[in-house]
Amino acid sequence: MADEKTPIVQVKHLKQYFNIGKANEVKAVDDISFDIYKGETFGLVGESGSGKSTTGRSIIRLYNPTSGQILFEGDDISKIKNRSPRMKQFRQQMQMIFQDPYASLNPRMKVKDIIAEGLDINNLSKNDDERTQRVEELLNMVHLNPEHMSRYPYEFSGGQRQRIGIARALAVDPQFIIADEPISALDVSIQAQVVNLLQDIQKQRNLTYMFIAHDLSMVKYISDRIAVMYSGKIVELASADEIYNNPLHPYTQSLLSAIPVPDPEVEKTRERIDFDHKKHFSDDQRLQEVQPGHFLYCSDEQAKKY
Amino acid sequence: MEKILDVKNLNVDFSTYNGTVHAIRGVDFHLNSGETLAIVGESGSGKSVTVRTVLQLMAKNAKITQGEIRYHDEDLLKKSEKQMDDIRGNKISMIFQDPMTSLDPTMTIGKQVAEPLLIHNKVSKADALKRAEEVLRLVGIPNPKARMKDYPHQFSGGQRQRIVIAIAIVNYPEILIADEPTTALDVTVQAQIIDLLKELQQKIGTSIIFITHDLGVVAGIADRVAVMYAGKLVEYGNVDEIFYDPQHPYTWGLLDSMPTLDTDDQNRLNSIPGTPPNLLNPPKGDAFAPRNAYAMEIDEEEQPPFFKVSKTHYAATWLLHPDAPKVEPPKSIQQRFEKYQQMLGGSVK
Ligand SMILES: Nc1ncnc2c1ncn2[C@@H]1O[C@H](COP(=O)(O)OP(=O)(O)OP(=O)(O)O)[C@@H](O)[C@H]1O
Ligand SMILES: Nc1ncnc2c1ncn2[C@@H]1O[C@H](COP(=O)(O)OP(=O)(O)OP(=O)(O)O)[C@@H](O)[C@H]1O
Ligand SMILES: [Mg+2]
Ligand SMILES: [Mg+2]
Repeated sequence: MADEKTPIVQVKHLKQYFNIGKANEVKAVDDISFDIYKGETFGLVGESGSGKSTTGRSIIRLYNPTSGQILFEGDDISKIKNRSPRMKQFRQQMQMIFQDPYASLNPRMKVKDIIAEGLDINNLSKNDDERTQRVEELLNMVHLNPEHMSRYPYEFSGGQRQRIGIARALAVDPQFIIADEPISALDVSIQAQVVNLLQDIQKQRNLTYMFIAHDLSMVKYISDRIAVMYSGKIVELASADEIYNNPLHPYTQSLLSAIPVPDPEVEKTRERIDFDHKKHFSDDQRLQEVQPGHFLYCSDEQAKKY
Repeated sequence: MEKILDVKNLNVDFSTYNGTVHAIRGVDFHLNSGETLAIVGESGSGKSVTVRTVLQLMAKNAKITQGEIRYHDEDLLKKSEKQMDDIRGNKISMIFQDPMTSLDPTMTIGKQVAEPLLIHNKVSKADALKRAEEVLRLVGIPNPKARMKDYPHQFSGGQRQRIVIAIAIVNYPEILIADEPTTALDVTVQAQIIDLLKELQQKIGTSIIFITHDLGVVAGIADRVAVMYAGKLVEYGNVDEIFYDPQHPYTWGLLDSMPTLDTDDQNRLNSIPGTPPNLLNPPKGDAFAPRNAYAMEIDEEEQPPFFKVSKTHYAATWLLHPDAPKVEPPKSIQQRFEKYQQMLGGSVK
């Protein structure tokens, strides 16, 4: 459970634009603000292309934010420089499991070296034996065979590669992990194992997660609070139960209505709620607290209804 | 029903630093014309390798040691590289699991979508680009005209996946092999893509092989389902048979691992204990036995053959042997059996 409201990450009016001023300009993240509390799992769901990965990548400072602030343990990290000692220190405390496991694993490196890279950069293992032992431990943790240590990424299945990414992130003992679709390529049984594992480690080390995913049943299960993104904005933010039992934004409602259910009869009769972008957005809207702990992107007028 | 694709006794090995990996160990399946066959199963069980072998798009260290892949009346394994080039991306096309690896990072996406048209159909460049734009709109890329000039890294994970789908369908293939095509997509876009594939199927009769881990998606799209474990098929049948009358303990384990919106988040998720077998030395008996709570002595000794459950439903588990004891499947599975009986009006078993 989350410590009562000690934020570990605070995002304030973050904007992350690409191709600024050109015809193909993209407002990938467009003025979002939220806190993530120590020890909690913060779920981020939403439309494909809505800016979830960009949000994660901005927080871990793979980009320079277009504007806005990112605080980590109270320190403003939005302007620290690449390769500075502070950046190095901060990169050990914060890790990311990347969405595209193949693209994020160096194809010319053996799995052993991929996982140990963080150990090496941060001088976390005393000698070769210790290094190997740690890698073995990590591989076991994510249910991969330590015999596979000397293989290259292409020699693994999609789900196996995804677990290599998880092992790499865990290697440096971070406090905060941004997990971008960490289990989407796994079969449901291994998904369950990995989620159980992530939760065990969380309890042991009071880890904080930002968990980005499309599988809404899993997000509900794992998250304390959930933010829903659409088109660069957070349109709704509330506790996991509240999002599912009392969704207020039409996009959230549409999303929930489309969750596939492993039952052919249910699927045959499913009715999805369509979402019409034009009908629901206007310039006078912002994210505001309409019920205790429940935030909705709406106009002041609309907020009065709740 | 015509079998458009018929895979017989497929065996694929990989040579690796540690020895030979027997990744595919005698896989048989077929695809009926116009249907959707879903392949589900353990991560690493050989789903991707199986379908990549159909198109002979294999890693350098792969070797087909046995098997036949009949497409119409020909064995694809006997085709030359040149003949396969005519088939790939044209009559049979594939959506790969890792969108980034199937996109060329140095080429604009407009060109990449237009390329199969230019290679196989000899249309003008202008027409090909126009059609590419249409298909990109169809798969839901916003503002496709402007964004056709962008490169893959400038798109989100789900958008790249949709670009890959656009490339695969731009030529209206006869068979579409989709390896986790919707995994990177949110559920609403996923639903749109599935509708799009269904539409394509109705319009031009495309037959689809659909690999996914999302059993909800399987329930919505599949006519038939095949379940894989450790390089073999362990069960296959019509979608209702697999979801309401599953027979293999591995299938039970899979169905029982899914959280639903009602799963209590104070409990740990169910999962199948243990790890998959090492395919460097596949076990003598049933590969699932060490993780199978219902395993019997014979499972250690001998691999189970397929037992017939119905004309369309087969499962490779000794539990179906007439002499096997009756066992009690997990509760969620029993509920599925009950639902099936109700659906059938209590007329079966
Ligand atoms: N080039 C290779 N060299 C050695 N082993 C390989 C190679 N490619 C795949 N394998 C192995 O073959 C097995 C089957 O892999 P495959 O990619 O077909 O799995 P999959 O069922 O698609 O899994 P996932 O659901 O994780 O994508 C795995 O154990 C994998 O490690
Ligand atoms: N480097 C870049 N250059 C230009 N546009 C970009 C870049 N990276 C992302 N975008 C765009 O920013 C938007 C948000 O992308 P992002 O990857 O954050 O989406 P996402 O919510 O993670 O989607 P998905 O669920 O599909 O992974 C998309 O429209 C994408 O095309
Ligand atoms: Mg993303
Ligand atoms: Mg695969």
